[in-house]
Amino acid sequence: MYIAVKGGEHAIEASRQLLAAARRGDADVPALEVAQVEQQLGLLVGRVMAEASLYDPRLAALAIRQACGDAIEAAFLLRAYRTTLPRFAYSEPLDTDRMRVDRRVSAIFKDLPGGQLLGPTFDYTQRLLEFGALASGTTASDAAALDTPRQDVPNALTQLAREGLVEPCLPSLGDPEPPDITRDPPAYPLPRTGWLQMLARADEGWVLGMGYSTQRGYAHTHPFAGDLRCGKVAIELIPDELDFPIEIGEIELTECQMINQFVGSAEVAPVFTRGQGLVFGRGERKAIAMSLVDRALRAAEFGEDSSSPAQQQEFALPQGNSVEASGFVQHLKLPHYVTFESELQLIRKLREDVHARATQSVDGDLA
Amino acid sequence: MTNQAAIAEGYNFAYLDERTKKMIRRALLKAVAIPGHQVPFGSREMPLAYGWGTGGIQVTAAVIGRDDVLKVIDQGSDDTTNAVNIRQFFARTTGVRTTTRTREATLIQTRHRIPEAALVPGQVLVYQVPQPEPLYRLEPRRAETTKLHAAEEYGLMNVKLYEDLAQWGRVETSYDYPVKVDGRYVMSPSPIPAFDNPKMHRMPALQLFGAGREKRLYAIPPYTDVRSLDFEDHPFHIEPHGEACARCGDTTTFLDEIAGADGSVRWTCSDTDWCADRIDQGHRGKERGHAHG
Repeated sequence: MYIAVKGGEHAIEASRQLLAAARRGDADVPALEVAQVEQQLGLLVGRVMAEASLYDPRLAALAIRQACGDAIEAAFLLRAYRTTLPRFAYSEPLDTDRMRVDRRVSAIFKDLPGGQLLGPTFDYTQRLLEFGALASGTTASDAAALDTPRQDVPNALTQLAREGLVEPCLPSLGDPEPPDITRDPPAYPLPRTGWLQMLARADEGWVLGMGYSTQRGYAHTHPFAGDLRCGKVAIELIPDELDFPIEIGEIELTECQMINQFVGSAEVAPVFTRGQGLVFGRGERKAIAMSLVDRALRAAEFGEDSSSPAQQQEFALPQGNSVEASGFVQHLKLPHYVTFESELQLIRKLREDVHARATQSVDGDLA
Repeated sequence: MTNQAAIAEGYNFAYLDERTKKMIRRALLKAVAIPGHQVPFGSREMPLAYGWGTGGIQVTAAVIGRDDVLKVIDQGSDDTTNAVNIRQFFARTTGVRTTTRTREATLIQTRHRIPEAALVPGQVLVYQVPQPEPLYRLEPRRAETTKLHAAEEYGLMNVKLYEDLAQWGRVETSYDYPVKVDGRYVMSPSPIPAFDNPKMHRMPALQLFGAGREKRLYAIPPYTDVRSLDFEDHPFHIEPHGEACARCGDTTTFLDEIAGADGSVRWTCSDTDWCADRIDQGHRGKERGHAHG
């Protein structure tokens, strides 16, 4: 007797227990503590906070451990939790010029006010595996902080903007108050504030690929990394009871202001234009890629041809939502036997039709 | 199956906060007022994966009350893993009574099927919808499809159906077969088999559709005309399986086809509650005629 394969409550419960065991791994190895994840896997914590749109390093670390280190699953856990949180206020716009930077580089000037500050970066590590760490548990790079963060480093674009060579840092013409893309359903075309939000929480790999595509001929942006900075920025809000802003804390951010050539149009004199990337944590790769995509998406604003994928909102944005994409791609695991059965019957009938026609024409030829 | 004591601590009734539920209910009211029209809504990030019923879950969460009796099916069955999971989720977060019996349920959440038993006034059927836009294969830009619906411009779809008929002699769509609601909007019935489409027409129950990832809701009020798209000279029709359920002997239901290791095929009702009901009433298929049944 055949038994249809259908899962039941017992199978689900067993699967949950197996997952818990797989998560823990070998019980002889000490369990990973949430604080260790938060302190020692900081880039992953930042990525998960960015893709979850929730700045909470401790909960992000908890989610990463619970997700066995899977960044998208961790972002999913954090987003589901975020849904349940009330909104009690909106902060004042962040002023990244006042960032306490522990890294700031500009590719457009040899030296500039505030200086070039490498800070902690993989860029010059030479990428040799530190085999010694396998045995001792410590690494040669363990060292005390050498430098203290710098405050009030002016943005490298400020002077150029003053001279009118770079467009001012203002909302694009006609942009409304920013929508909340996690509360309001998207209506395309989105204003720039909407697409920047979508890019900020988009999958890092997707944004990287989209940004990269603009460097390979799919859209032309002629980019220069004007100002790339990473550090802590104060969050301020004006409570109902007061008429001045108060500081309620600070968050770690990475910002990239990309400068792009623009040759001008009938209405606008030639000027350098901006693309902006801003993400939680030390997400430098993503901030740079995001600034490329942001500029590409402004094609219509500058009357540029917009035939490349990175310039098309409805392609570049919704597909980058890692949690949505992951869920829908993986839902193919769910049973589809009703729809498949329908297809099966259709294909059988179509084949019968074709076969019948072939037989008929053979009969016709013989007659 | 469950009771009030089971309600999950720290969460509101049915998980979503009341303001979110109100927002969803307002969107549903609009959807009911404009049958078949897709209403954008502030879809929330749920603790279940996108593509796994987040739209249906949000609709159910928005309309469920303490006196409701909930049934959840996937592929026609109450026992598929995702249906079990969603039923457990609502049992945990609401404590309402759940059932597998179509007739007992006041609220039925479904994926890919409409129950075989005719639904009655007062029942609510909630569909999980992966892709609410019936035109998306023909025009992927939602900014454009919105205009096409507004202008009632369905030429693309008619041409597609015509080309199918011209090339194959039949419409090459066996599930998610588009319908026209109340003579106005072309609508996706969700990926139910075309076999189920006629059940939507003038159904006495309220039909609600939720697409979480795509952030759209739509609805069909009770007793509304729902026509599967066709041409006068090629009317829509469903073709019977030509098989009988091995357990209850029914020849009128949608059947699952289960392949055996020896190359044989066994057909059984996709709607497991319908099948069990018939067996209770004394109906038997060829397997149930024997002692081991």
